[in-house]
Amino acid sequence: MRSKKKSASISKECVACGCCVKSCLLGALSVYRGMYALVDEHKCAGCGKCADVCPAQVISVAAREAAQC
Amino acid sequence: MLKQQKHWYDYLWIASAVYLTLGFFNILFAWLGLICFITPLLIAIVKGNKSYCNRFCGRGQLFELLGYRLGLSRRKAPPKFLCSSWFRYGFLAFFMTMFFVMLYATCLVFVGATLNEAVTLLWVFKLPWNWVDTSFVAPWMAQFAFGFYGVMLTSTVLGMLTMLLFKPRSWCVYCPMGTMTQGICQIKHRKENPNETPNKGNCRTAEGSCQ
Repeated sequence: MRSKKKSASISKECVACGCCVKSCLLGALSVYRGMYALVDEHKCAGCGKCADVCPAQVISVAAREAAQC
Repeated sequence: MLKQQKHWYDYLWIASAVYLTLGFFNILFAWLGLICFITPLLIAIVKGNKSYCNRFCGRGQLFELLGYRLGLSRRKAPPKFLCSSWFRYGFLAFFMTMFFVMLYATCLVFVGATLNEAVTLLWVFKLPWNWVDTSFVAPWMAQFAFGFYGVMLTSTVLGMLTMLLFKPRSWCVYCPMGTMTQGICQIKHRKENPNETPNKGNCRTAEGSCQ
């Protein structure tokens, strides 16, 4: 499951609901000051659980290089 | 295997379910729903975060439970428009307008109009709700309870529908309280909001930048 090559990225339409934070067992996600979710790339395993639960469909999991904007 | 640690606030879905049930026995319990209105606003204004949505929202937890644990949700992606700013803020404006219409009806009863013992569902359907004696409180207090329970029931029904059709917590995307508290947080932290800073990337990392 753990993939060092993949990481989640969150687009700016995030509604800051916090569903992704709850789903991440590695604690790689947090909601920054009630505005949007943030991914800690060092912790993210790229499993995609957060993308599955995100009701706003703003999370994508891609290759680490591609995830960097 | 990693497991999420449970906290006391993970069981707030019970409070949400109890609240909806109590309204059927005595409409005056609807007043308790004000906690769900005032708490997120206070947290957003004072602390500048959305910890109510992120941790304490019993309704969101209830949808999660019904959708994931009981498997009632189709778990499909909601339509794009549901997540758009114009829809979210439009729905907030509409919801608040209907909320003020309800407050106006309460004021009318306060100044002498007749109490309307009905709960309005989805802003249109008037459900007769006259099986409880509310004569021991002022008529305006009962009128507010009927109106407010209608607001809570309407949002629950909408949330249930989107829970069934799309992902369990699809309601969170267009929840008026969520939109309002996110807006408050954005205003409060506007100086550090990348949405207003040009030439920043499109994705977010903990480093706070998209190189």
